[in-house]
Amino acid sequence: MTTAPAPTAHHSARKVKVRLRGERSPLASVGLHLTLIVASVIAVFPVLWVLLTSLKPAAYATTTDFFKDTTFENYTGLIKDTEFLTWFGNSLVIAGLTTVLGVFVSATTGYAVSRFRFPGKRGLMWTLLITQMFPVAVLIVPIYNIMSGLGLLNQPAGLVITYLTIAVPFCAWMMKGFFDTIPREIDESGQVDGLTPFGTFWRLILPLAKPGLAVTAFYSFITAWGEVAYASAFMVGDENLTLAGGLQKFVNQYGAQWGPMTAASVLIAIPAALVFLFAQRHLVTGMSAGAVKG
Amino acid sequence: MAVHTSQSVAKAADDDVVRGRSRGTGNPPPPSRLRRALSTHWYAWTMVAPVVVVIGVIIGYPLVRGVYLSLTDANERNVARSIGVNHMPATYKFVGLDNYADALTGNQFLGTLGWTLVWTVSCVSITFVLGMALANILNRRIAGRSVYRMALILPWAIPGFVSVFAWRFLYNGDRGLLNKILSGAGIDGVPWLNDPTWAKFAVIAVNVWLGVPFMMVALLGGLQSIPSEQYEAAEMDGATAWQRFRHITLPGLRPVSTTVILLSTIWTFNMFPVIFLLTRGGPGEATQILVTQAYKFSFEISPRDFAQSSTWGVLILVLLMLFAAVYRRVLRTQGDNW
Repeated sequence: MTTAPAPTAHHSARKVKVRLRGERSPLASVGLHLTLIVASVIAVFPVLWVLLTSLKPAAYATTTDFFKDTTFENYTGLIKDTEFLTWFGNSLVIAGLTTVLGVFVSATTGYAVSRFRFPGKRGLMWTLLITQMFPVAVLIVPIYNIMSGLGLLNQPAGLVITYLTIAVPFCAWMMKGFFDTIPREIDESGQVDGLTPFGTFWRLILPLAKPGLAVTAFYSFITAWGEVAYASAFMVGDENLTLAGGLQKFVNQYGAQWGPMTAASVLIAIPAALVFLFAQRHLVTGMSAGAVKG
Repeated sequence: MAVHTSQSVAKAADDDVVRGRSRGTGNPPPPSRLRRALSTHWYAWTMVAPVVVVIGVIIGYPLVRGVYLSLTDANERNVARSIGVNHMPATYKFVGLDNYADALTGNQFLGTLGWTLVWTVSCVSITFVLGMALANILNRRIAGRSVYRMALILPWAIPGFVSVFAWRFLYNGDRGLLNKILSGAGIDGVPWLNDPTWAKFAVIAVNVWLGVPFMMVALLGGLQSIPSEQYEAAEMDGATAWQRFRHITLPGLRPVSTTVILLSTIWTFNMFPVIFLLTRGGPGEATQILVTQAYKFSFEISPRDFAQSSTWGVLILVLLMLFAAVYRRVLRTQGDNW
């Protein structure tokens, strides 16, 4: 391994133009860009297509003309003729609460699992993993019964609690990985300065964990915002529906009319995209448990 | 409290109970070992308590209940219910393991399981390969990298039911864009969601589209944590690009990839919304995976069959736990201390 490269290096130096480390041939660059462009188009196109369709009058909804008589009639109709705004508000409240509580609970759990050795820790990690294996289909009827027993059906709180059980296990895992990358010396210095374990966590560690928290927030929000099965089972009555449930009524009501549906889709995607914009800077660092130094 | 999700939850709940008791004064001989454990661990336990309680109540009880229902012949007609002011008590009875015997010897479960496995393996492997390729490209210095990255993560930022709707729109038989493009090129339209084989292809494609961003972001994070010195050293030794990938990148990504493969296998196996919203398991039962079929048993057929639905659900859980255990065992024999 130590002596081998000499002849090959000589050989390749003769054959190829000398390049700096990390430099590419123009052909390779073109190839990479082409790959990325094709992939990006596939990723963006379905979403873009819905956006374009929502701006077209109903008559042209399914034509392939990209821009034809651009209009906002789908949007105004949606807001005036349906309870869309109410559903939107309900979803916002539920997803917001899920995010705040989810971030807090996963952070404390992740921190405890990362820093302390305590009886039940291994089991807790396994439980968090196993919880993700539970199929909706098995849980939905019993959870429905519990919620109706607690009087939480048709209440935002019922859905928030349910969503927490979906989002928190994964988020706690992720936060544990993230806290593992923050040096323990910081905790120790906090204790030397007389902070309680909670004080250390709250004042020293949480501020350093912002990327991880951003990812957790993103994940909790997206989970709550886009959930369909529980939302349609637990919430009834026009004024209590969330977007997922509301939209289903809407499909029946409008049948094959794509216009209002696409407009609703665009409006639903906006808050998710905003949260995403806020979090995306941190996504890569937050998700990798080794990339960040304290 | 019926907490039997796993040893630990039960144990942690026990600890909580005991703590409550030992704080009170009435307990005659205070177990000093416990008190010591309490004084060292109380803040750790406090920090995990909300999760333990919520998971215990919202997951633990339904699980116990589900396992119980799977041992009975419960359906819509014989469970406790109220009709007007009359309350009808439950009349279903215990049938032992009959439901499991039926499921495991009948064709329906095994057939659905077969397709579920094909679905899971193809989705996870395609998603992983694409995610890996894109992460490797994005990890280079390349113009417009952040724009590409945003575009590629976009499918993750859109709520699932919206993007599935977008795909239904594209797949639409007569007026969908995909068929329009095909007919523009002089090719006959494809019955994307109405032909069993094409429908399988279509659902896998959508799930891959949804899954690649997560995979890519996770692997990108992993790539950035591999020290660049290793690549420099390998280049000095004359390693080719493929050798560097094979001997530095892949081993360096191992901790990340083992975790994301495990998670995405579990998620894909239970991927309810994609199948449910795209095809409802159709045409016929062609794209029905175990979890959508179990849902169908308890919500869509008449009379609703809670026992069979629970049986399938418990079997799903057992299969996934077996998978996780084997996966972990294999990793451990290969020297990972996960």
